[in-house]
This record gives sequence, structure tokens and C-alpha cells, in this order.
Amino acid sequence: MRPRVLVGILVCVLVATLSPTRARGQQPVKLTFWSWRVEDKWAYDKIIQAFQQRNPGIQVEFVPFKATEYNTILSSALTAGNGPDIIHLRAYGGLETFAAPGYIAQLDFERLPELRTFSRQLLDGARARKDGKLYGVPFATQSLVIYYNKKIFAQNNLSAPKNWDEFLTVLRTLKDHGVLPLANGGKEGWTLEVMSGVVAPNFYGGTAFFDAVTRGQTSFKDPAYTNALARMLDLRPYMHPNFMGVDYTTMQQQFINEQAAMFIGGSWEIGFFKSQNKDLDFDIFAAPPLRAGTAPWVSSYNDGNYGVNAKTPNMDAALKFIQFTASREFGQMFTDMLAQLSAVPGVEVRDPVLKHVQELSRKSTPYMMLVGFRWQAPTGSTLLQSALQGMMAGTKTPEQVGDEVTKGLSAWFEPFQGR
Amino acid sequence: MRTSRRWWLVFFLGPAIVLFAAFITYPILSALAFSLYAWEGIGRRGFVGLANFARLFATFPYAGLLVNAFWHNVLVFIATMLLQNVTALGLAVLLARGPWGARGYRVIFFLPVMLSLVIVGFLWALFLNPVFGLVNKVLTLLHAGALARPWLGDASTALLTLIVVNAWRWLGFPTIVFLAGINAVPEEYVEAARIDGAGEWAVLRRIIFPLLAPAVTIIVLLTFIGAFNWFELPYIMQGVSGAPNRATDVLSLLFYRTAFGEVDTGLQDIGIGSAIAVLMFALLLGMSAVGAVLLRRREVELA
Repeated sequence: MRPRVLVGILVCVLVATLSPTRARGQQPVKLTFWSWRVEDKWAYDKIIQAFQQRNPGIQVEFVPFKATEYNTILSSALTAGNGPDIIHLRAYGGLETFAAPGYIAQLDFERLPELRTFSRQLLDGARARKDGKLYGVPFATQSLVIYYNKKIFAQNNLSAPKNWDEFLTVLRTLKDHGVLPLANGGKEGWTLEVMSGVVAPNFYGGTAFFDAVTRGQTSFKDPAYTNALARMLDLRPYMHPNFMGVDYTTMQQQFINEQAAMFIGGSWEIGFFKSQNKDLDFDIFAAPPLRAGTAPWVSSYNDGNYGVNAKTPNMDAALKFIQFTASREFGQMFTDMLAQLSAVPGVEVRDPVLKHVQELSRKSTPYMMLVGFRWQAPTGSTLLQSALQGMMAGTKTPEQVGDEVTKGLSAWFEPFQGR
Repeated sequence: MRTSRRWWLVFFLGPAIVLFAAFITYPILSALAFSLYAWEGIGRRGFVGLANFARLFATFPYAGLLVNAFWHNVLVFIATMLLQNVTALGLAVLLARGPWGARGYRVIFFLPVMLSLVIVGFLWALFLNPVFGLVNKVLTLLHAGALARPWLGDASTALLTLIVVNAWRWLGFPTIVFLAGINAVPEEYVEAARIDGAGEWAVLRRIIFPLLAPAVTIIVLLTFIGAFNWFELPYIMQGVSGAPNRATDVLSLLFYRTAFGEVDTGLQDIGIGSAIAVLMFALLLGMSAVGAVLLRRREVELA
């Protein structure tokens, strides 16, 4: 009696374990794709559907995590030897964190010929500094601009300013008419860094200064840089009187609800602004330079990349998906659905505001700290953001900000040591 | 008999010890180990001895950040003791006298403790919002508009505001503990003192407070540990960077930021992060032990 029961159980167990292996031949390969873009899940699901129609043997599951916890979750999964097949990665130093220790599969032009057509500036955001190799397919480019409410501007007979003085006049006029000119605040340091990315390049001389400082020929103590930061103080009177307590969400709400005329921010806002208020009539302009007539510099950068887990058992399928993200078809869907500039070249932009961003970013300069100084801790962004909070609150001078950033970076950026 | 008792001990203590080892001891030891290695992104590299500690104490900005965060923790402890625990003691004394509606007040004082800290932080962040928040609006209505300020964005008020919100949330807990302590004082002691002619203050000072010492020990220790592990409220209300300009930075935030990185801002430096974790652990362990011994000495045993 007893042995028979045992044999019966054994047979059941064997059948249960064997049957999936036998069926695997026909079953599609399942890929998981981790991301921090919770709000874009609907778009990715549609894009994945299009991919799956073309590649019936591959199934992709998009799994987003909360942005603030994404890095922690991804780090622990990768170090434990797990993690997804396809990984949404940030760019520059944020990519290096995962690529340098060998967790991300190396890519090259042979494996992904599509990447040859991508702009060099964007590909630099997918490269690890350690070996100069590519580790991802860039997905979007972001530019930093000034949004303005066209209705409020028309009511006050204003137009987009052409130089810095005109800009200040516009701000003053709005304030005199009882309109809050700028929605921006200072509670979250990164929004101040964005502001510096908009205002400063025209005054420090754009890419020429970026090249000089990243080569170590000068530092952030350079008056060219600190004087450029000082221009941010010109804007202080035109922000909310308690702007230091205004957080990012409040900034957005003020602009969306037409309680503020302008918003200094990134091109990623376009889709959100439109979805929140259908009647909001807005456009963008680049930060005005000192003199009218000179084309303004626009800070822009690679927003992030799609990478492949170096340890994935489904390398071929994962590469196929990555290849798809570098195709024109993907880029077009991405741009149309998410109102962001795809990194894929030749994508047609239909949204008028986004088209305007695309035109302005022809004269783009690398977003200083992200592109140049976010490679090791303490990053230029960490140092700059808190120092800018001090500057905007009036407890630090622009020179002190430059000193602090230079001193902090000298921990790992040798050219700044002893400066 | 002996062996069976031993088995019972294993049976009851075993699960707790296994859990404690897996979730407390192991992480502490691994943090200690991590702090002795060099890190490349999230990859562990060679053994570097105390180099991470040297870097933490000697390089800008870490040395300054560490001292800054430490003093904020000390300030949180002192201010919470004064603001929260002294108020709680006063409320407990009042409640112990059984005023009309004492039960109702007890519930009201305890209510915020039952709210999720995330909700408390989120609600107060809304109240304190400088554009549409309740606090500044009420101040303006009361013709005190000059007092309206960016409470959480001003470096001079941000930390204190967080401490007040934290005290608002926790007040009920020490109140209940003190109240239980006062109610446990035998009635005959108080009566005997009254017969000897002791006034209200003398009864409090000579009878109640000394017998309340065990409750005070517990509350002081919990406040200390809470103050030096303070993380949730500043994280919810100010984010991980200790904004503005590190005015609300505390050791846990500094640890979290360096070990796990700031989203879209900073990179992780697990070596330094682990070094901070080890320091915090040593600090808490040492001070708690000393504090426990000192406070115990003051306690009076009921004969």
C-alpha cells in the first residue's frame, strides 16, 4: 500500500516538473523590463504590443517602480545576481554606477548598427567613462527652457523677450499688474539647478566654458561662472514672496492653473501640462541672452538609456528589443505618445511646443553638472543644489557657491585639487 | 525536567533569535564589512581598511555634513525633550486629577499617534505650503501676516517646524506612559504626604516625580533613540537632501543619501554610507547604555 502511494506521488512530481520543459520549445521568451516611469506605463504597454506583433516569439513585461526607490531596488536586485532582462537606465554617471561594475551588457555599432545615426552628444550619455564603451540606447533628449502662458502675456501686451533686459521688463510689468511672474520655488534644490541650467549658459559662454571647465582649464570659481549664477538673483523679486517654501508640485500647479505667467523648467513638462489643463495656452522661449540677436544657449542632455542585464539568460531576445528601441518606428511612437523628444534621429515632431523645443535646441550646450560632473560622489549637482538654496535664500554669495562646488568636486576631479 | 525546560527555551526563543540575527545582526555586521571596502558604483572592490572613515572625517563636504547632521540630531533630542515630553508630563499630571472629560482628552491626545506618519507629514506639508497652506492663511486672517513665511523652506525655521510637527504627532504616547506611571503611585503615599501638610507642588515634587522615574527612563531612552534615528518625517516633508541647504539634514538622511544616492542628483557611495551607519550604531549603542545606567540609578523602588 505504502510504496504504491509513494510511487504515485513521485510520478505526479515528475510529470509536474517535466511538462513545462517539454513545452518550452513552443513557449515565447518572456522578458521583464524595469523602469521608474510609472506614469508612462500606458505608452510603454502600447509600444510593447507593436514590438510583440513583429516578434511573436518574445513577450515583454513592463514593470515600473516608484522613481525615488528605483535605484535602491535595482541595485539590490543586480548585486544579488537577479534583476530584469531590460533595464531603464539613467544617463552619464547614473549609468556608470551600474555599467562600471559589469552589470550591464556592452553594446557596440556592430551589434546595434542603428546607433551609428544617433548624435554623439546623446551617445556620450550612454557611455561609461571607465572604458568609453556604450551600454545603452538613449531614449530621449531633454532641454531646459522657459514656459510662458500666452493668454496672460497677451492680456498684458507682452511678447517673448529677446534679451535679458527685456526679460526683466516683462517680469516687472507682470508683477506691477498683480500677476505672479514666475512659478518657480526653491524648496527642492534640483529645481534651482534647472534654473541655473536655463539662466547661466548665456552668461558663462555656453559650450566653450563647459569644455574649459571639464578639461580642468578653469574651475567654478571663475568669475564667468559666478557672475552667471548671480543673474539668478535678478529673478528673485519676481518669484512668490515665500518662494523658498514652494516645492515642485506647487510650481507646476501654479503654472497649470494660470496663477503664474512663467515656469522655468524642462521639456519633459509639456505632456503633463497639456494633460492637466486642456485650455492652457502656452509656448516656450529660451533664456534670453544679454544682447538681442545672439542665438541663446539651451542646456540639454540625454535623459536616459535602455540597457540589457549582462546576466540575462535571454540575451538574443533582449538585444532584439533594444534594437527596436533604436528604430524610427519606436522613436515616432515615443514622441507622439509622451510628448518628449525621442533620441532616435529623424523622428517627426507634431506637437507645436515640442517642435519649438527641437528648433531651439539646435544651439544646445551640455547641462553642466549632469553631463560634466555627476560621475562620482559628491556630484556637482549635489553640491550645487544645496549651495544654490543658500544663495537664493541670501545666506551665500555666488562666489561662495563657486568655491563650495569646486572644493567638493576636487575630492575626485583632480584638476580642481589645489584650486 | 532540566532538558525539557531547555527545549522549551529553545522553542520560545529560537524564532526570535533567528529573526533578530537575520534582520538586525546580519545587516549590522555586513554594514561594518562594507565600510572597510572600496566601491565602484554598486560593485565591491578591494579591502581598504579604515580609508572610508578617513574620507568621511577628513574630506569636504563629508566632514562638515557629518558634524552638521549630528548637531541637528542633538537639537532634535533636546527640543523634543523640552517641547514634547515636558508638555506630556504636564498633561499627564492634569489628566491624573480627573478633570471633566478626562477620558475624552486622553483619546484626543492619543489620536495623532495612531495616524500614519506618512499621512501626518503629508498633511502638515500641505498646511505649511506658502502658497495655499492653512498656516500662513490663518496668520494673515489674524492680522499677523508679517509672521507668514516659508516655514519648511527657510533655513532658520525648517528644522524647528519639523520638530513641532513630530511632537504634535507623538505627544499622546509619553502622556499615556506618564499617566499610567502617576496612576500607579499608591494612593496612601499621597494621602500620607497630605496629612503631613504637603501642598500640591510638594506632593508632585517629593512623591509623584521620584516614583515616576522608571517611566521617565523609558521615555528619555525612546526619545533619544528616536531623535538619533530620525528619518521618516524629514524624508517625507523635505526629501532626502535635508533641504534647504542641509538645514534639516540628520544622520539617517545623510546615511541614506550617501549609501543609496539621491534620485537624479547624486550617486551612491556605499563605502562612506556604510561608515556613517557604523558610526550611528556605535553612537546609539554607547549613549543608550550609558543613559540606561545613569537613569536607572535615579529610580526609586517601591518598598
